[in-house]
Amino acid sequence: MNWQDTLIQVLIILGQSLALLVALLIFIAFILLADRKIWAAVQLRRGPNVVGPFGLLQSFADLLKFVLKEPTIPSGANKAIFLLAPLVTCVLALAAWAVVPIAPGWVIADLNVGVLYIFAISSLGVYGIIMGGWASNSKYPFLAALRSAAQMVSYEVSIGFVIITVLMCAGSLNLSEIVEAQNGRFGFLGWYWLPLLPMFVIFFVSALAETNRPPFDLVEAESELVAGFMTEYGSTPYLLFMLGEYVAIMTMCAMGTILFLGGWLSPIPFAPFTWVPGLVWFVLKLCFMFFLFAMAKAMVPRYRYDQLMRLGWKVFLPISLVAVVVVAGVLHFTGTAPQ
Amino acid sequence: MSVAAAFFYLFAFVLVASAFMVISSRNPVQSVLFLILAFVNAAGLFILIGAEFLALILVVVYVGAVAVLFLFVVMMLDVDFVELRQGFLQYLPVGVVVGLIFLAELVLVVGAWVTGPGVSSAVKSSPGGIATESNVRAIAQVLYTDYIYFFQAAGFVLLVAMIGAIVLTLRHKVNVRRQNITAQVTRSSTIEVVKVRPGQGL
Amino acid sequence: MKLDQAARAIFLTELVSGFFLAMRYFFKPKATLNYPFEKGPLSPRFRGEHALRRYPNGEERCIACKLCEAICPAQAITIEAGPRRNDGTRRTTRYDIDMVKCIYCGFCQEACPVDAIVEGPNFEFATETREELYYDKEKLLANGDRWEREIARSIALDAPYR
Repeated sequence: MNWQDTLIQVLIILGQSLALLVALLIFIAFILLADRKIWAAVQLRRGPNVVGPFGLLQSFADLLKFVLKEPTIPSGANKAIFLLAPLVTCVLALAAWAVVPIAPGWVIADLNVGVLYIFAISSLGVYGIIMGGWASNSKYPFLAALRSAAQMVSYEVSIGFVIITVLMCAGSLNLSEIVEAQNGRFGFLGWYWLPLLPMFVIFFVSALAETNRPPFDLVEAESELVAGFMTEYGSTPYLLFMLGEYVAIMTMCAMGTILFLGGWLSPIPFAPFTWVPGLVWFVLKLCFMFFLFAMAKAMVPRYRYDQLMRLGWKVFLPISLVAVVVVAGVLHFTGTAPQ
Repeated sequence: MSVAAAFFYLFAFVLVASAFMVISSRNPVQSVLFLILAFVNAAGLFILIGAEFLALILVVVYVGAVAVLFLFVVMMLDVDFVELRQGFLQYLPVGVVVGLIFLAELVLVVGAWVTGPGVSSAVKSSPGGIATESNVRAIAQVLYTDYIYFFQAAGFVLLVAMIGAIVLTLRHKVNVRRQNITAQVTRSSTIEVVKVRPGQGL
Repeated sequence: MKLDQAARAIFLTELVSGFFLAMRYFFKPKATLNYPFEKGPLSPRFRGEHALRRYPNGEERCIACKLCEAICPAQAITIEAGPRRNDGTRRTTRYDIDMVKCIYCGFCQEACPVDAIVEGPNFEFATETREELYYDKEKLLANGDRWEREIARSIALDAPYR
């Protein structure tokens, strides 16, 4: 390969990444608004409705507000780590999208170990929070950092086991192949959410905990910890934290969509529905997953910390461990294991 | 120079530099953060030689779990640097002796290094690049057949260590009332739902 | 009973019914007003921004008796009276209300013997600086001119109960 080909390849990948990034960020701007609107609707409120029609431009107004504010750094803070933390959160969250297939063949890096890559990247997300909490040199952020570290490490374990059950059914670690493995005659009834329903529930709850969404948002429990690890942050660094959080949530929604809801597949596998591009189905499923996330925020009260730990270690871990054995046994003895 | 070589030098340089910073950094938290950087760059090197499964396992296990616990412990430490530096000169001779012994051992090990007969051919035949045959399968093929007993033994060692840690730290205090969530949720006699008609009371 | 509870716990019935309850609320009419475009009803006794009223012939009502200044619990009112005029009445030369101090108790309008100082129905008088909230006589009289119709109506509506 000569250098011109290399250069062209690099440019193509850069262009693809940029396109995905822009699309993702715009999507997240509206997802953020949807989150607030859904939360408000359940509480009989209206939500943001002033900026633009139905408040559609609210997120962009917020972006402007954050960017134009003056960033402050506490004098006792470790300056480098304090500023690095939001960057780490945001960049890692965005990096996970490199392997997410949003339509057949529409993926920047079709890794053989795509699932593992997302899992690894999302497990790194905890560093942004720990670094931010520690570097702030203040007690509430520090307590929040300790909480989040314990919480995210705990729930990663059960997410890992849930992923293993799906991998056993699909027989591949490649995300596109996992989606293709769910392509069957029965449409949405053949996707993994139905045969692996308990795993889907565990995955969903663990995803809530992993992304620090309510009811597991003990990291930023405002009644106890002010704003958690973000207490000392403002303006653009805060914006990056928020952005990273929502990108991580979208990553988890995409994971749920790919592993359990058949990715870009049409729910009803015959003519008029299969004409709809895969991207549309993927985005619709993404929105559905996020709607569940938002409803969980609106309707469930916050867990106490020891209950959170109990749920992770004493309920989800045994169930998912047993499920791995059961699924492996069923696949082995019915001879339905792939290859 | 190909792209892969450029990335190799980048990862290698950052790896060595951050490993050096781990031992030279004054702040223990920064040391751990540099250790994490070193891990991530090592994972990058693994990917370059086509071992993407190992790379990601390294990230998941070491960076995602072990280093978090390191960071956890180190952040809680209250290190007084003045006190640490007090006995520096006093312990210097011992430290120098230990360091020299270690250096000599390292030189001996490196000097006596012999490359096995099959290695060079194995390296050449290893799956190169990410897009080729999955090396998850390749690892599993040897791990669960030839090395199954070692694999199980390693698992038992970890299990023993885990049980040991739990036994050492688990204490049941007598006078502490613990919450039994199942009992609390399934109790039925304490709650009664009564429909009260307006103006009449109970 | 035990089996029943176990089944409920396993199938997460409470969570599911909670979800449907939340969905019912989701589609209910909203309890909040679309504020800057919709406003809630105000009582005639609503105590909002202050105003100094005039008689229909343009004469100031205030006779500088300083009862409001005396009763104001926050001491927000400052009045200076001018010399007695030919008809034997006095008028103020200065009538300041510090709206930052004011607690909107309505004692001033209760104390006023001539219904000169009143608290009108306006509650949207936020300003960008504190200085704008130190109201002087001119500002108060302008308020009175602007809100006279609403104020007169409120007083008329409330009169039977006084």
